[in-house]
Amino acid sequence: MTVGTEQIVQTSADDEGRKLGTAETIVTYIVILAGAIGLMFPFAWMLSTSLKPLDEVYSYPIIWIPSQIVFENYIEVFKKVPFARYLWNSFVLSVLGIIGNMAGSSLAAFSFARLRYPGRSFFFIMMLSTMMVPVWVTMVPTFVMFSRLGWLDTYLPILLPAYFAVPFFTFLMRQFFLSVPVEIEDSARIDGCSSFGVFFRILMPLSVPALATVAIFSFFFYWNDLLGPLIYLRSQMKFPVAMGIASFQTEQYANFALMMAAATMAVAPMLVVFFFTQRLFIQGVVITGVKG
Amino acid sequence: MIALPKTPRARREALEGYIFLLPWLLGFLLFTAGPLLASFYLGFTSYRGDRSWPDWIGFANFTKLFQDELFWQSLKVTVIYAVGFLPPGMALGFGIALLMNQRVKGVSIFRTIYYLPSVITGVAVAVLWGFVFHKEFGILNSVLEWFGVTPISWLFNSRWVMVAFIIMGLWGVGDGMIIYLAGLQGIPTELYEAASIDGARRMRRFWNVTIPMMSPTLFFVLVTALIKTFQIFTTAYIMTRGGPNYATYFFSVNIYNTTFVSLRFGYASALAWLLFVLIFLLTLLLFRSAKFWVFYAGEKEEAA
Repeated sequence: MTVGTEQIVQTSADDEGRKLGTAETIVTYIVILAGAIGLMFPFAWMLSTSLKPLDEVYSYPIIWIPSQIVFENYIEVFKKVPFARYLWNSFVLSVLGIIGNMAGSSLAAFSFARLRYPGRSFFFIMMLSTMMVPVWVTMVPTFVMFSRLGWLDTYLPILLPAYFAVPFFTFLMRQFFLSVPVEIEDSARIDGCSSFGVFFRILMPLSVPALATVAIFSFFFYWNDLLGPLIYLRSQMKFPVAMGIASFQTEQYANFALMMAAATMAVAPMLVVFFFTQRLFIQGVVITGVKG
Repeated sequence: MIALPKTPRARREALEGYIFLLPWLLGFLLFTAGPLLASFYLGFTSYRGDRSWPDWIGFANFTKLFQDELFWQSLKVTVIYAVGFLPPGMALGFGIALLMNQRVKGVSIFRTIYYLPSVITGVAVAVLWGFVFHKEFGILNSVLEWFGVTPISWLFNSRWVMVAFIIMGLWGVGDGMIIYLAGLQGIPTELYEAASIDGARRMRRFWNVTIPMMSPTLFFVLVTALIKTFQIFTTAYIMTRGGPNYATYFFSVNIYNTTFVSLRFGYASALAWLLFVLIFLLTLLLFRSAKFWVFYAGEKEEAA
């Protein structure tokens, strides 16, 4: 069953089903507000540091608001490392990863949700149990396999698994497909539609919200992933942002202004995507969590 | 015994089912089941990643493990982090969810803000926190200074570094919050009404309605958080590389180093399998404990 986002975005009735008293409301506000400020502090600090002239970064006591806003730190980052290249690589990886995850997971999810065949529930349980397997257990043989194939320093080892139905996304898509009324499908089948027709012409167009959720989660995965690039990539020109910052950090460890400028640029796309897609995001967490 | 489909239509559907399942099945064999078995085998070898066939050495890796100080250290560090982070993390996430469930204006904006840190993760954020914890120029120390605390060398002092990791972990408790909120909103209001009619006051309603109704959600969050906590890697790799003096040498950092720094593929496989078994046993233990504290509505009431 899908949980409508409205249900989550709206505040439900307070557990007493009555309005809070004024004093309680004020206290609640103060606590929530203080927490929110505390949580946003590191981000504000990152942004402020990245825009500071160098001497203000290392001043004591700390200068919270820069006396003037400068973009030198950002320019420096692009001069010191191929940061534009990193951003582009992350973009390419994310797009290819998104396509893979949407395609792979929805095919398998359709099979699990809508078709009947011997062994289906066995395979489904197998899939669910693999969600518990730590990446660390499969890491060594997978690395050996990909390096024997000569795929080191390519994106193949990082991207390929996405095209073969990642369990988490498959589960998410399956839950969504289950919520689509079977009647729609039945009438199409009576009209002579095959399973392929049902999948491509009926379920996929109806699944845009679920596919978008898969896309957003895989964007965050590929944008953030460090372990994959760390294991498989060698040449700097192939690094995605996460890996680029990791290697940049080892050279420029003490140069906080540059590090914060780089971090801001890495975080900004995620912030933008998050703000525009929050609802889908939350829906995804809830579908796979509460109903799981 | 699995019944084979009889009618042509059912047979056709079964065939289509397998065709659609194929991507997953191949992925399962190539990227999960195959490597899982291979690493189990490698755990009993002294394989170092070269092209020769791995040498079988029996249980040697496992006996070596028990005398390996770094193994014990990494296990200790991981367990300390889990024990130090999970209880306050769960409590805080749940507490925030309760606050957010109140009927106050603008709550959806706050919900976004609280959720944000758990979404924006990874290397950039680890780098940011490395700066937050900086002894001279970091904000944490300068905020603490207002309260008269002398600057702490968060990341270079083996006594404080774990506290720093827990603080950073607590910053991201928002993902639990979202799940709790959905759970809270699923509790039927009639239960609260019935409790009120029976004369239950606020605290009583919390303990006798909210907590039991939320226990499946709490259980779910605990299981997933436990699995995740035991595999923490990026923050440790970026902020401390396992230091100072192995104080943040988490299990996963140990596996990574054993594989890609010392190139002891066989030994690393043994380590990884041990981690897997450990996580599996802990999860099993949680599931066993569930019947004592997790309440599933609709379950048969035991004779009271």
